Amino acid sequence: MIRVAVQSGAIDVPAEMDLHDAGGHGATASFIGRVRGDDGLIELFLEHHPVMTSAGLADLAHVAADRWQLAAITLIHRVGAMAPGDTIVLILASSRHRVEALAACEFLIDRLKTDVMLWKRETFVDGRAQWVEQRDGDHARAERWD
Amino acid sequence: MTLRLSYFSWVRERMGVAEEEVAPPAETATIADLIRWLAERDERGGLAFADPGRIRVAIDGLMATPGTKLAGAGEVALFPPVTGG
Repeated sequence: MIRVAVQSGAIDVPAEMDLHDAGGHGATASFIGRVRGDDGLIELFLEHHPVMTSAGLADLAHVAADRWQLAAITLIHRVGAMAPGDTIVLILASSRHRVEALAACEFLIDRLKTDVMLWKRETFVDGRAQWVEQRDGDHARAERWD
Repeated sequence: MTLRLSYFSWVRERMGVAEEEVAPPAETATIADLIRWLAERDERGGLAFADPGRIRVAIDGLMATPGTKLAGAGEVALFPPVTGG
């Protein structure tokens, strides 16, 4: 099963886990990214491309499915305005054994950060707003999978 | 040649619109030519495209490079490096 979604509503993590786990996999690795309220951040806005964002997530999921023996992949990214504590991204990867599930999960978040059309804008309590800059470290992590 | 351009993130904010149709001069053959033309066309373009090294481009849904030819292009998306996750 491959489930990919780009959505403006909250990500229902328990419901997604249930959907992903139907059938019961030997090993499931998960990554949950949440909005941090650092430095007085009050809103994180995620901009996306109407077509290419979900296509990019689907491409990543299929690359992972080709590379590892996976029973299921869930890859969900939220877009629009979010508050501290909200879930931005949920990744679930399942296999018979832990090694493939863990590797696929790490691959998916590393590559998502450099390959998928999404842009973060931070707004702070004092009214400042800024677009987040891509970090060099993110590229280094993504390139480990080349 | 008529192109449909779409802008994202701070490129969109600096351009003041999310998309527009443009008709660059005939000698605009590549992505690099298009970015140079946009930067010189008006003030907002100068702000958005002052540093071409910070601009990423996709043509009809596929990532492109500065040397990619524009011939046959429909939608050209221009945006900064992505920051999701």
